[in-house]
Amino acid sequence: MLTRRQALAATALAALFVTPGARAQDRLNVIASFSILGDFVKNVGGDRVEVATLVGPNGNAHVYAPSPGDAKKVADAKLVFVNGLGFEGWLERLVKASGTKAPIVVATKGIKPLERAGEHDHDHDHGRADPHAWQSVANAKIYVANIRDALIAADPAGKDAYSANAAAYLAKLDALERDVREVIAKIPADRRRVITSHSAFGYFQDAYGVNFTAPQGVSTEAEASAKDVAAIIAQIRKQKVAAVFLENVTDPRLVEQVARETGAKVGGTLYSDALTDDKGDATTYVDLMRHNLRQLASALVS
Amino acid sequence: MLNDIFIAPFTEFEFMRRALAGALALALGAGPIGVFLMLRRMSLVGDAMAHAILPGAAVGFLLSGLNLFAMTAGGLIAGFVVAVLTGLVARTTELKEDAALATFYLLSLAVGVTIISLKGTNIDLLHVLFGNVLALDDQTLLLIAANATITLIVLAVIYRPLVIECVDPGFMRTVSSAGGPAHLAFLVLVVVNLVSGFHALGTLLAVGIMMLPAAIGRFWARDTTLMILIATASGVVAGYAGLLVSFHFGVASGPAIILIAGALYLSSLLFGRVGGLVRQAFPGRHLEA
Repeated sequence: MLTRRQALAATALAALFVTPGARAQDRLNVIASFSILGDFVKNVGGDRVEVATLVGPNGNAHVYAPSPGDAKKVADAKLVFVNGLGFEGWLERLVKASGTKAPIVVATKGIKPLERAGEHDHDHDHGRADPHAWQSVANAKIYVANIRDALIAADPAGKDAYSANAAAYLAKLDALERDVREVIAKIPADRRRVITSHSAFGYFQDAYGVNFTAPQGVSTEAEASAKDVAAIIAQIRKQKVAAVFLENVTDPRLVEQVARETGAKVGGTLYSDALTDDKGDATTYVDLMRHNLRQLASALVS
Repeated sequence: MLNDIFIAPFTEFEFMRRALAGALALALGAGPIGVFLMLRRMSLVGDAMAHAILPGAAVGFLLSGLNLFAMTAGGLIAGFVVAVLTGLVARTTELKEDAALATFYLLSLAVGVTIISLKGTNIDLLHVLFGNVLALDDQTLLLIAANATITLIVLAVIYRPLVIECVDPGFMRTVSSAGGPAHLAFLVLVVVNLVSGFHALGTLLAVGIMMLPAAIGRFWARDTTLMILIATASGVVAGYAGLLVSFHFGVASGPAIILIAGALYLSSLLFGRVGGLVRQAFPGRHLEA
């Protein structure tokens, strides 16, 4: 009796996994590994491209566990866009397992990688580069150029459309970059220090001169030690860090504890590695950057 | 100098004081529970139960975010359901208790992982399941302390039937019918303490602070009361020393606590007065006045 019930439950669950999604046959099927990259591809691809993302909104691509449905999506895709720089550690095995013939496009190609901050990190499978390159708008433009070239190579008929879409989107990014620089310039230089949960903002720091510190290191996989947390608290006390921020992809409890202990104010949530879902206020990359900018400005200027 | 090493980390940093309080409360409740699990040859039940609780906590997390009460309630419900179903199946069918527990905890685990993957958002679930002793807020601390208090009070009430059933279950059945209810209450306490532990150490390591001190106690005492005292004390020492190691050497704090307990266990295994390996090899002289 018990075993029959188990078998029934297993069958029902298996059925849930293989339900195929409806697809438009005439459009180019492509995969993006995570939501921010998916947004870039959507903007460049426009109507000619059907984009699916593997790690959805608010998901954490550092520790994602792919499902059989993901392998099927990858197998059916004409192109697979990945961030690279060791961001999606689980992706290589997924691509192999799916047996896909689709070319893998590394969107960070041509970006000069930063050394990852926090060398105390204990996981070694990620190499030494900081993968969060999209946090600088200049890098985002390189992503867009790479995506445009890859789409043209896969679908030469759409060359004009892709070029026009990319040009329009790049203009938007230029405007975004101007705004970021303008807002940051208004924050006094000695107040440009914040704490976040994991080091996702190295490129933002490098490009715009806001100093970020994090207890958790570049990947969210490593657990913080008492030594790391104590070092950050001591640093906040010494340097008078104005605000600590939470992220949408990590456990907020540790940062909240740091804030309680130092009296630094909790500045709100910064979006680092993922867009929010439709109900959130960062459904696109441009919204995400503007949201983070508003949060930083309101916490640091006052 | 000594002050810098052993005391200053706690006077200087509030999070270290909180972590210490949490680790102490955890050791107080988990010590005696671990000893009884060991005496009843249920040492691995803690591990199985932790896996049964984990999906409940994860589902609570998915339904209402990082909410202490939702996650605790989810974990308790999953743990209780598995404990009760296991008891029912073991009593009414041919299946023995270990097999019944194995089936239900694996089912619970599979259901939990499935629900999480269907929801699609895996917002760093590892960190929910591997709780952090460095980030205990007021609520969590109170919960752990309340759980330890309840555990000690209930244990005091059911202590007699529990001990008698450990040493002579046949005798227990002939003199009293309290064995069954006491066993169930005990299983409930196991679940409660595991849920406490998962807030501070994460589900996997929560079992460590329960079983390692119990095994340590076994190598130093034959008497149940003394065994419990030694187990609890070594849990307390492991918590304190583990936090210091994490503070001075920069290793993650949960594993550091369990590794210190492990080191204590290994030295007890070698040098313990009751059946330690060195003692067995060199028994010493007997019966001298």
